Amino acid sequence: MENIVIIGNGIAGISAARHIRKLSDKRIIVVSGETDYFFSRTALMYVYMGHMKFEHIQPYENWFWEKNRIELVRGYVTKVNPKVKQLLIDGSRALHYDKLIIATGSKPNKFGWPGQDLHGVQGLYSKQDLDLLEVNAPNKEVCKRAVIVGGGLIGIELAEMLRSRDIPVTFLVREDSFWNGVLPSGESQMINEHILEHHIDLRLGSNLKEIVSDENGRVKSVIIAETGEEIACDMVGLTAGVTPNIDFLKDSGIDLGRGVKVNRYLETNVADVYAIGDCAEQHEAIGNRRPIEAVWYTGRMMGETVAQTICGNKMEYRPGHWFNSAKFLDIEYQTYGWVFSERGMKENEAHFHWRHPNEKLCITVAFNKETSQFLGINTFGIRMRHQVFDKWLSQEKDVDHVMEHLADANFDPEFYKHHEADIVSKYNSDFGKSIKPKKKSLKRIFAMN
Amino acid sequence: MSTYDKSMALTGQPPAILSRNQKMATLVGMSGLLVLLLAAFNVSFPNKGLWLTLALSAISAGTIWFSWDAYSKKLPGIKNDGVWFKSISSKGFWGWIAGIALTGFYIILYFYPEYLGLVKDGNNKGIIGLFDPLSRMLSGNPASQWFVYGTLYTVAILAFGIKFLWKYRHNRYERIRTLSVMFFQTAFAFIIPELMARLNGDKILNGGSLPYYDLKNVWPLNYYNFEGYRIKAFLSSGDIGFALLIFGILSVFVITPILTYKYGKRWYCSWVCGCGGLAETAGDAFRQLSDKSVSAWKVERWVVHSVVVFVTLMTTAVIYSYLGTDTSKYWLTKSTFLIGVASLLTLVFAWVMLFKRDQFQKDAIYGAIGYFVIIMALISFHFFSGDGNVFLFKSETLRKSYSFLIGSIFSGVIGTGFYPIFGNRVWCRFGCPMAAMMGFQQRLFSRFRITTNGGQCISCGNCSTYCEMGIDVRAYAQKGENIVRSSCVGCGICSAVCPRGVLKLENGPLEGRIDSNQVLLGNDVDLMTLVNNK
Repeated sequence: MENIVIIGNGIAGISAARHIRKLSDKRIIVVSGETDYFFSRTALMYVYMGHMKFEHIQPYENWFWEKNRIELVRGYVTKVNPKVKQLLIDGSRALHYDKLIIATGSKPNKFGWPGQDLHGVQGLYSKQDLDLLEVNAPNKEVCKRAVIVGGGLIGIELAEMLRSRDIPVTFLVREDSFWNGVLPSGESQMINEHILEHHIDLRLGSNLKEIVSDENGRVKSVIIAETGEEIACDMVGLTAGVTPNIDFLKDSGIDLGRGVKVNRYLETNVADVYAIGDCAEQHEAIGNRRPIEAVWYTGRMMGETVAQTICGNKMEYRPGHWFNSAKFLDIEYQTYGWVFSERGMKENEAHFHWRHPNEKLCITVAFNKETSQFLGINTFGIRMRHQVFDKWLSQEKDVDHVMEHLADANFDPEFYKHHEADIVSKYNSDFGKSIKPKKKSLKRIFAMN
Repeated sequence: MSTYDKSMALTGQPPAILSRNQKMATLVGMSGLLVLLLAAFNVSFPNKGLWLTLALSAISAGTIWFSWDAYSKKLPGIKNDGVWFKSISSKGFWGWIAGIALTGFYIILYFYPEYLGLVKDGNNKGIIGLFDPLSRMLSGNPASQWFVYGTLYTVAILAFGIKFLWKYRHNRYERIRTLSVMFFQTAFAFIIPELMARLNGDKILNGGSLPYYDLKNVWPLNYYNFEGYRIKAFLSSGDIGFALLIFGILSVFVITPILTYKYGKRWYCSWVCGCGGLAETAGDAFRQLSDKSVSAWKVERWVVHSVVVFVTLMTTAVIYSYLGTDTSKYWLTKSTFLIGVASLLTLVFAWVMLFKRDQFQKDAIYGAIGYFVIIMALISFHFFSGDGNVFLFKSETLRKSYSFLIGSIFSGVIGTGFYPIFGNRVWCRFGCPMAAMMGFQQRLFSRFRITTNGGQCISCGNCSTYCEMGIDVRAYAQKGENIVRSSCVGCGICSAVCPRGVLKLENGPLEGRIDSNQVLLGNDVDLMTLVNNK
């Protein structure tokens, strides 16, 4: 019986394991140094905030693994030797594989800041990081102020976490508006306002110069590069993105770039070794995607795909239309298709932006100004139906069609106020159109499956 | 292994447990309770009406002040910070104290009302005496332990309802639903029945007396509705009594099925029902304590459906016991009734087994067949033997044991007393026969579902954790499946707490309600066809 070893028990590795089990009887071994059981990484924040206990963010009960004959091994893989198809766990235990799947995820970026390895300085990625945060910032007495470096999704989550324990937070963002490398300016501006509403000391256009140590090697303060201002703090969160966690593969003969280089079949240069999830790097980017996609959904999709290949049905990784979601404090964000920020905007891409006059709600719709083809939507505070947009993108609908049928895509809970009329009227006045929004139709929505 | 693994217990803690405002609010609320407690120990209050008003106002004001301080100054949004750090909401010390106190209260209420001051044939004393003025004002009669309970129950739903409205002020579904349960409790469960009691003896009822009737309480939740004394009372109260009896029957066989088909059982369980009302308001702080394990689900299915069988047998036996045998006097005789019950059950059973068989787990099919055979055997056994004991036991024995085991112990002592230990829907989930029957329909024949939004689920677990019915919502959402579960009461909290906008309660066509969405959107179509090819 073939021996499948998967390094990493995150969403990518576990999706692969589950689907291999569905398709075959192969022996499956999952090795993880992080935790005994699979958990939802994106939910770590809720454990610190007291919304859930750690056990709640484990999607499967503990008996699940034995019942499905997925063997779990606890330990860090320190070496992989593809020549003899063997790996070493914690430098000692050897494990043989017939096929190997590398799904080791990421680690927080550190850009060589002075003081980045002091006590009290940490990233937020793993379960260990969460445990460390309980030591560094258990409450506002121990941690009188925290400084977060890096204005991305993890940064704002860490800010929300610390605020849930009333810890004062200073948030250093390199850009002149929050996440505006990704978000168009209107949206970015709205999030800036919302961050301030939550009493977070937001410093835009601010870079970290250095982290200052006290006499015990603990963080004492940080110094901002632009102003030279020194901010006293007891904890520093480094959240300036992540990078593939692949140091243990150096000298293994597996081709590495920033991540583990893979082709469209998720195969590495070495036979029978695959890489999926955050740590995989495509030789060439797929469509508008980045070569390394550190996203929950793509990890899951790669796991599903590689399971097919390993079980004899060789299959390319062909992700469909891009989608993603996040939550900025109280504001939910979803995106379908591509909407680029002003910085990354494609040729012929035009935007329609609508923002609610009082509430924190807005959308941005991207379309091709030559052909009017609908390209994508960002939505804040209004939930939208994935399937509807997926269909519109596949059918290459034009933006007028999307505007006309926007009510079909609404996914807010029942009785919520609808904003389609306002949105479409702004669209009409922006572009000189006279579209009448159609009423939501269950027939159209449910006939699409 | 990390060296920090064990730190949680030592250092993790929420910000200040209670603010100064919250401490004062607690004091105010407790002072109201203290008045009631003093009354229970027969401290005699001079002006009962005034003291009762003071006590109830203090309890409400304390609760409302507390929640105002907790929520009104924060931005609208999900307010679950520190839920698992607070001992009251995480089965800690205060959780157990609250559980024991509530359980004690229910035991006294159901079995020792004399300790609350109930006096037969004389003036009430103690707490019940304190409530006399209010009761006389509403119905003209002295209070009973049930009046005291009903009043406190209503106060709890209203005060904690206001708390809930604040907590979920960003969510219109939650707000409207909560206003609905507050209204139905106050009007239908509390005021209308008391006012109806004023009509007793009036000529509008032909001089008859209506039984106490909370109109929104439907059999089998209201398991006693068709007992002999009530039927007599209905029939002796002129056209109005007769109309109420007809309404009682229609609400079981016509109104409930239609509404459940259109909206799912949520129209009742989380919009109208009093048990649900208390669970959603006063019990909201405990919703995360329900057990989500597969084994708990198994227990739930067996227990709750056994209660349905029990209530069906019991009611059949009770109705049977007071029916006559002479067709010339009344068309409904003992034997026509039994034949009617048997045919109805056979019809339902046959429909399910013929058309919906594939939607059942194996153990559910065995259970259904087993129970069906037992009921039919008992009915025919009786039918052919024709003695006074229905179903081997005297109907009175069945009635009494149901009322004791299910009506008191399960729905009261365990159902509410154990809120802080097992969560706020223990009764609704494991015990309520009405919920089980509507759930049966909801699973098989209703437009209601919780739609999963394509592939957006991140398996975080908020939905499952905050599901009061113990449904592992995430298990469906992360596979891209819709959630169609008989136990779902449609409270909407899973959808509210979802950080990614994945869940939506909605009514839509029956076709494709359960399976069609098993598409994890995002991946290429060929792969998804393969993955879904089970």
